[in-house]
Amino acid sequence: MSETFRIAIVGSGPSGLSAAAHAATLGLSHILLEKTDHLSDTIYRYQKGKHVMATPAQLTLRADCQFSAGKREAVLEQWNADAAEAGVNVRYNAEVKAITGGRGDFSIALTNGDTVRAETIILAIGTQGNPNLMRCEGGDLPHVQYSLDDPAAYIDEHIFVLGGGDAGIENALGLAADAGQGNIVTLVNRSADFARAKEANVKALMQARDNGRIQILSETSPSLVEPGWITVDTPQGSARHRCDRIIARMGSSPPRKFVEAAGIAFTSDAPSAFPQLSATFESTTPGIYVIGALAGYPLIKHCMNQGHDVVEYINGATDLKPADEPILEAKLSGLPGFRSVSEWLEFLRREVEILNGLSALQMREFLLDSEVRAFRAGEAIFQKNMIGSSLFGIAEGSVRVEIDPKNANNTVTIGKGSIFGEVGLISGRRRGATVRAGEDCIVVEIPRTAALKLMAQVAEARETVNRITTERQILQIFKSGLAPSDLEEVLAGAEVMEVRPGKPIITEGELSDDLFVIRSGSMIVEKSVGGKQVFMSYVPAGSYSGEMAMIDGGPRSATVKAAIRSQVVRLPAEPFRRLLARKPELDSKMRSDMASRRQINAFVEDQKDNFDGVVDMYSSVAKFLIDQGIGEATDVLLIDESLCVGCDNCEKACADSHDGLSRLNREAGKTYAKIHVPTSCRHCEHPYCMTDCPPNAIQRGPDGEVFISDACIGCGNCQRNCPYDVIQMDKPPPEKPSLLSWMLFGKGPGPGEPDKAWRDKQPKPAVEKGKVAIKCDMCTGKAGGPACVRACPTGAAIRVSPEEFLSVALLDRSSG
Amino acid sequence: MASVGGQSQRRKRLTHESFLRHHQFLFLKVAGALCAVAILAYLTQGGRLSPGGGTALGYGLGTVAAGLIVWLALLGIRKRAVTDGHYSLKAWVSAHVYLGLSLIVVATLHTGFHFGWNVHTLAYGLMLVVIVSGAFGVWAYVTLPDRLSDNRGETTRKQMLAELQALDELIQDAAQPLDRQAAEVVRLSLEQTDIGGGFWRRMTGNYDNCATALALRQVAALAFDARGAQGEALKQIEVLLTRKAAALALARRQIHITALLEAWLFVHVPATFALLAALTAHIVSVFFYW
Repeated sequence: MSETFRIAIVGSGPSGLSAAAHAATLGLSHILLEKTDHLSDTIYRYQKGKHVMATPAQLTLRADCQFSAGKREAVLEQWNADAAEAGVNVRYNAEVKAITGGRGDFSIALTNGDTVRAETIILAIGTQGNPNLMRCEGGDLPHVQYSLDDPAAYIDEHIFVLGGGDAGIENALGLAADAGQGNIVTLVNRSADFARAKEANVKALMQARDNGRIQILSETSPSLVEPGWITVDTPQGSARHRCDRIIARMGSSPPRKFVEAAGIAFTSDAPSAFPQLSATFESTTPGIYVIGALAGYPLIKHCMNQGHDVVEYINGATDLKPADEPILEAKLSGLPGFRSVSEWLEFLRREVEILNGLSALQMREFLLDSEVRAFRAGEAIFQKNMIGSSLFGIAEGSVRVEIDPKNANNTVTIGKGSIFGEVGLISGRRRGATVRAGEDCIVVEIPRTAALKLMAQVAEARETVNRITTERQILQIFKSGLAPSDLEEVLAGAEVMEVRPGKPIITEGELSDDLFVIRSGSMIVEKSVGGKQVFMSYVPAGSYSGEMAMIDGGPRSATVKAAIRSQVVRLPAEPFRRLLARKPELDSKMRSDMASRRQINAFVEDQKDNFDGVVDMYSSVAKFLIDQGIGEATDVLLIDESLCVGCDNCEKACADSHDGLSRLNREAGKTYAKIHVPTSCRHCEHPYCMTDCPPNAIQRGPDGEVFISDACIGCGNCQRNCPYDVIQMDKPPPEKPSLLSWMLFGKGPGPGEPDKAWRDKQPKPAVEKGKVAIKCDMCTGKAGGPACVRACPTGAAIRVSPEEFLSVALLDRSSG
Repeated sequence: MASVGGQSQRRKRLTHESFLRHHQFLFLKVAGALCAVAILAYLTQGGRLSPGGGTALGYGLGTVAAGLIVWLALLGIRKRAVTDGHYSLKAWVSAHVYLGLSLIVVATLHTGFHFGWNVHTLAYGLMLVVIVSGAFGVWAYVTLPDRLSDNRGETTRKQMLAELQALDELIQDAAQPLDRQAAEVVRLSLEQTDIGGGFWRRMTGNYDNCATALALRQVAALAFDARGAQGEALKQIEVLLTRKAAALALARRQIHITALLEAWLFVHVPATFALLAALTAHIVSVFFYW
């Protein structure tokens, strides 16, 4: 073959196909080389019917192929039609073996012996063609496969899915979805948890396991594959299982050897590194361009835009603006400074500390989600108690935080490069203080979801946010007129520690004197009295522990251990003691805290003889409540079953004050020693439900309540994420006749949630409402407080926050 | 809780007290004071109340008592009307109990100890019926919740019913190999599962002719000499029926205790309506036939 193409495109995935289509549209001589006999193999090998997503939503698509979110089949069909229409010159079954030559004269050797010649090459091979292979003996047997096309194609098989990522989980769920297929599906995960997978996938997997549809082997890896059998290494030892098919989804990596053989350098030696590229996607080998997943951009829209752009560049374009340029231009217009979009991006990236680690392309994507805003000196950026969960970064100027609501002049200044508003980001609380521009300033407002994404993707951003929030939290805990400079010495030696549930940070009797600040989660304090562990008190996030030994020395007087997974900051004792010496106000505050904790100790010592009775009972009840997740609650409904007559007036009141749907199930839940924890929201300190809410509809109200706003789209993520099963998906029933017309004339179903029969009989509304997520909102906005408690006739229903309920000191009150 | 500076904290107190102890027996004290005042006033008047009424004390006591009765009856609405403001149904119940009991004193003094076969004494008698049934209610509310809780443990009503249904399905499956005679015995239990039953069954908790118990006895007898597949199946069914009997007993005890908790209301509420009618007749007649 003697023809020399202007462009040879290797790989027909979203980026390669888009490049080929654009080359065809421009009339450039080109050839698209595809290893298989169909276009876009990666999408082709998605599970049948898989929903292909089109994120990021704001990004405009600039390509000659169309693309929108939809089923795999529809997407592929569209692309095939687009390729045919554009007149793409595609060569199937053309697997590239080697690339030689240089710009203007490349030779591409194919595995079938042919050679293709081209002036430039676009490498768009992605990473999926290079799955990580099974390395154990027998890994090359024919029943080991690296993709799953149609889960319905297999029946009555023992199938092992290897890999705890999204691909593995989705495959395993697909294979086990229809019990009628009779597959026995086992998922093998190398680590103990599923940190890499989407939460919704993990939740669905756990549900499938609980229903007995999928078996999960954690911390397990395969060691031998034989026809019909697999041998795995588990923490308990080696085990051999029946196995007719292995689906290995252990990720993929750039085919580095092949790419490097063409002379292309990578950014580092790390396995996750990508090729070094110029702003026009040109690699270190002039004439070879790299786009798509191989360039580090796994999202389909990015890939397709890059395919378009790279052909423009090769065709001589120099002033090509990225597809999102008009959006960003509109976003940044009207701001002072007259910068171009790229100057703005660079300015923000340089000035705002948490953005320092972003690449130019990541910056563009980031800014699509965020807003840049300018404020005049003295102008309010947000007011105290406003709803808002976005994070702000200061690019220019400074802001003042009004820390005293009574005195607007009492402020703390936050300077250029730093962030504010991070409290809303972490626990969804309302704005705790008014923030005003100290001087004319430019800030970038990052919505919660974008901020969380930023922290997940960029390690530097995560570390910076953590460092700043730790410092602020410590300042807030100790207050006493401390300034950040006072803490410098203490924080220099501070250590942030993750503590697993049940693990102690302080052990009774040991000689240590560091102070601990609980950043998230909670601690319980236990003391051994007369050979028994007595539950002393509960320490919530936002307080400290260990001050006695720090101030007075001596061995630790009690054990402090994590109630749930927690994060604590260890502050070294020496610098802290020096801080106390400098700050008498702080010293006296801590001493008075210590005195009240001492009193609790003394009280327990007094009760020594009482042990088989009251104190013991109290300890075991407290432990039961901690086991029920009260350790992360801020406000929880408890029912004293020695008073509960089972009238369900709490449920009825709940339904009647919330559109006819009860958000609590009195009977369900655990009971211990007549204390019953019904299925009802605990308003967690760090709500699980908030983690993955697409419209950001879950917020925290002024009384700490976690509620779902009208923005709910009914996706059900929160329901799956809640470990306490307190969220239900339902639609409000039709309005009931009034109470009086029920009492006097028997109209309607009466108080409480109407039964299904009555609901079905009502005329259907013209516009049927969809199901939305329903949960306790602690009767937010109702002056009298939670209806469940108000409506309890006997006093059985009580709402408690753990720190006021879980203290042995309460025994004093009840017995006295 | 990481208290974020100055959020509007809704007034909240942890009050873990029963309706009887509410607010350190506030309404017991109020009711006691009311009785003391009434008795004192009666004694100072020297018990010189005429049967035709007409004294200030008589009118006074009567007005207080009538007012109390009407207000006490309004608990039925208060309980069901969930309004947004500050109210505590527990406080209402507490007041209802103690002020209701105080009526014994106030209304008796109002009678001046004159009784007869007339609408006035009828109203008084109905009032006593209401109060006595209410007292039974207080006893039930104080003693029965423990039993209710102990009985169910962590099982919900739904789960109890689901358990019975699941057992029925297992029994049905296990009964497939049985011959006709044995199958008829098993059908007894499958077709006549009487969980609640009528009012008296619920009240007494007595299910003497329970079909499951009967089937269990007969299956046990049949299993004794059965062999082969029939014997295997019967043994399995015997185990399942034993489990079903236990599940039934649990559900029935739950229903029994719940019935006891509600039974007094079947007297208390109708008697209240009768009382309100008689009270109206009493007041109207007093003013008409002066």
